[in-house]
Amino acid sequence: MAVNFLYPEYEAVRNADRCIVCRACERQCANGAHEYLPDGGRMACDDARCVNCHRCVSLCPTRALKIVRSGNTYKENSNWTGETINELYKQAGSGGVLLSGMGNPKNYPVYFDKILLNASQVTNPSIDPLREPMETRVVLGAKPRSIERDENGKLKNNLPPRLSLSMPVMFSAMSYGSLSYNAHESLARAAEELGILYNTGEGGLHENLYRYGANTIVQVASGRFGVHPQYLNSGAAIEIKMGQGAKPGIGGHLPGTKIVGDISRTRMIPEGSDAISPAPHHDIYSIEDLRQLVYSLKEASGYQKPVIVKIAAVHNVAAIASGIARSGADILAIDGFRGGTGAAPTRMRDHVGIPIELALAGVDTRLRDEGIRDRVSIVVGGSIRSSADLVKAVALGADCVYIGTGALLAMGCHLCRTCYAGKCNWGIATQIPELVKRLNPDIGYMRLVNLLTAWRHEIKEMMGGMGINSIESLKGNRLMLRGVGLNEKELEILGIQHAGE
Amino acid sequence: MRREGDIRIPSGCAISGIIDKSGRRMSGETIIRSIAVMHDRSNGLGGGFAAYGIYPEYKDYYALHIFYDSVPAKKECEDFLERHFDIINLSKIPTRKMKEITDEPLIWRYFVTPLPTKLADSQLEEREFTAKCVFRINTRIGGAYIFSGGKNMGVFKAVGFPEDVGRFYRLEEYEGWCFTAHGRYPTNTPGWWGGAHPFALLDYSVVHNGEISSYDANRRAIEMYGYTCTLQTDTEVITYIIDYLHRKQGLTFREIASVIAAPFWQTIGRMAPEEREVHEYLRVMFSAQLITGPFSILVGFEGGLMALNDRLKLRSMVVGEKGDTVYIASEEAAIRAVEPDLDTVWAPRGGQPVILCLNGGEARWR
Repeated sequence: MAVNFLYPEYEAVRNADRCIVCRACERQCANGAHEYLPDGGRMACDDARCVNCHRCVSLCPTRALKIVRSGNTYKENSNWTGETINELYKQAGSGGVLLSGMGNPKNYPVYFDKILLNASQVTNPSIDPLREPMETRVVLGAKPRSIERDENGKLKNNLPPRLSLSMPVMFSAMSYGSLSYNAHESLARAAEELGILYNTGEGGLHENLYRYGANTIVQVASGRFGVHPQYLNSGAAIEIKMGQGAKPGIGGHLPGTKIVGDISRTRMIPEGSDAISPAPHHDIYSIEDLRQLVYSLKEASGYQKPVIVKIAAVHNVAAIASGIARSGADILAIDGFRGGTGAAPTRMRDHVGIPIELALAGVDTRLRDEGIRDRVSIVVGGSIRSSADLVKAVALGADCVYIGTGALLAMGCHLCRTCYAGKCNWGIATQIPELVKRLNPDIGYMRLVNLLTAWRHEIKEMMGGMGINSIESLKGNRLMLRGVGLNEKELEILGIQHAGE
Repeated sequence: MRREGDIRIPSGCAISGIIDKSGRRMSGETIIRSIAVMHDRSNGLGGGFAAYGIYPEYKDYYALHIFYDSVPAKKECEDFLERHFDIINLSKIPTRKMKEITDEPLIWRYFVTPLPTKLADSQLEEREFTAKCVFRINTRIGGAYIFSGGKNMGVFKAVGFPEDVGRFYRLEEYEGWCFTAHGRYPTNTPGWWGGAHPFALLDYSVVHNGEISSYDANRRAIEMYGYTCTLQTDTEVITYIIDYLHRKQGLTFREIASVIAAPFWQTIGRMAPEEREVHEYLRVMFSAQLITGPFSILVGFEGGLMALNDRLKLRSMVVGEKGDTVYIASEEAAIRAVEPDLDTVWAPRGGQPVILCLNGGEARWR
């Protein structure tokens, strides 16, 4: 039916004068958008197949290709936008739930962009990180209420197990299966070199990567895929995933087409079977059940590993955080509504959850009001896009941040948001061997190291400007922040003053 | 113009301190002469002194020094004190009328001890009970402000140049074994005496020169433990941190110095294993009490005095010694003015605490 036809939103424009018909674009496109026309001895492109991943654009040797907005438009309507109309047509045609990849792209406020940082002038000096030590090391974990001494008055080390990071960043949970082996290897090696941690996600841990255990967080999610005693004891910490910012309230679904070979083995499920993670953990229907899982995992790992509980930022996140802080968890991870994913129902991704800036500020304030902020460290993600976002998050009260989308971009992702199709032309979110090998782990790992090395320099510059030489003194230091263009309520929730005050 | 506490006001400053480690008492005259030398480091908007060992006849009683804005505030505060304490003695604090010091509030002094029944009911230790009462009055009774509340010590402060403040309070008539002094250079014009320094809680008093960059991190962390920062000043939050670490956690002053002016991780990494373990522990356990940005502080306490610079030494501080007497000041001139013939003069390194205890005593841990 003609109504099923949706004009492509983007089109590949080829400059015929530059094109040498090398057919590189054709070979690079897993979606089959480019085609060689032998009759005319020229290339053609089916824009309807193009996902706008820029693989062909990047590899075209003569810069003959570019992707532009097609410009085709319905009669303009602020209420019924073209996107809204197209989505409705798709559902009327298929009867299905709309699926999307990556984080919420909608035009909601990005509070990080409405917060400004301070710098020292006159009354105290800024500090030059090239001349003076500038400390970015953080230690995550719970703290005891008071010190203890032995009979000689010597301080006892009564700190529970903790994580020590060279800088307050970790790679957030992205499973082997949703990501390629090469992507996982890149993350693991980069974490080791940087002195930080990466997170297995709910896909188990490939046996080759056990050697990076000291830099690995192993995740336990509602499907419990790949969980066994050796796995739990192989990492530096264990994360219980209760929720994800991209799709709060629902579980996950890795299609059977991705459950092949080592992935099937690592997840401990048969090849070709769909890996379905239920929406809730079916042994956790309330906070007291969570406490039992926290302690089950601590028992299983001999009380040697900190336990992280990851939740999505939802309306009552502060109350949930308060419960988690008393559950025995050592670290609380909060994922904002802009957090990424390989696949999520579009409506969940775009309409459920709250911004991480507000969730973080609310949780930090609440835990301090209750006098229990010391009981957990707070890690936030979804989404931290730059070192400036990171610095603002720490000043709002975070101990550390998680980056996922940013790490994928460093490895080559162009944010085409089609991960769920499994045909990632950049070799990241795919299991097709010829695509996977496009991501060279030697290069992927190096680019991740470069990214965070650059961030570390920037963080030090910003801290130095504020006259702060240890990131610990930035944590929760909201006096270093000012809002611009925010209303009184937003400022109150963020716990900051407006610029000019 | 908003009053101190409603707004955060950064200040530059001068500090000076003198302690006789043998416990021999000296007149307050010396400290006035010392701080007067650094006249240009303050701007006439705040000065004050802390004096230890000045009330030997009442040494077992808390000496409360209180500013009142009005007679009704005094009445309300005294009613509260009578319900919670046995008041052994009360009087106006003697002052001298002088043209340099104006707009003085009512300034009263009470020697008190907690009522045994009230204390027992509260299930608190005596000092905690007293501290809680001080917080209660300062936050709940408008127009009453307790600015000193330790045993055998007292704070004297006002809006004015420090040497004038000393004369105003007739400090030369007091004798103590330790004095500290502060001249303030705030970046506004506060009209309130409570904003002057030293800041004190129980027998802890702090004079501070600097502007710390960790302020809000420190404030929000310490407020979790039952402290209320009403003045928004560095000195206030530093005092609470010291009270928390010393009285509540039981750290020694040397350990406290390792917390608030912690050695850099790279320095810790070079230490011998046993020492490294202690410093790592303190940095992790009390990371929110690390203070960054420039500071030089003198911390008076029951039985001694600690001087400490920030770990980069972003503020000047000099120590001079003569026999049992130790002088510490922002400038060497302030020491030379009162003791030209010193045995030694030296500048402590950033983060290196100078801890001076009476009669060779050690700063206690619980």
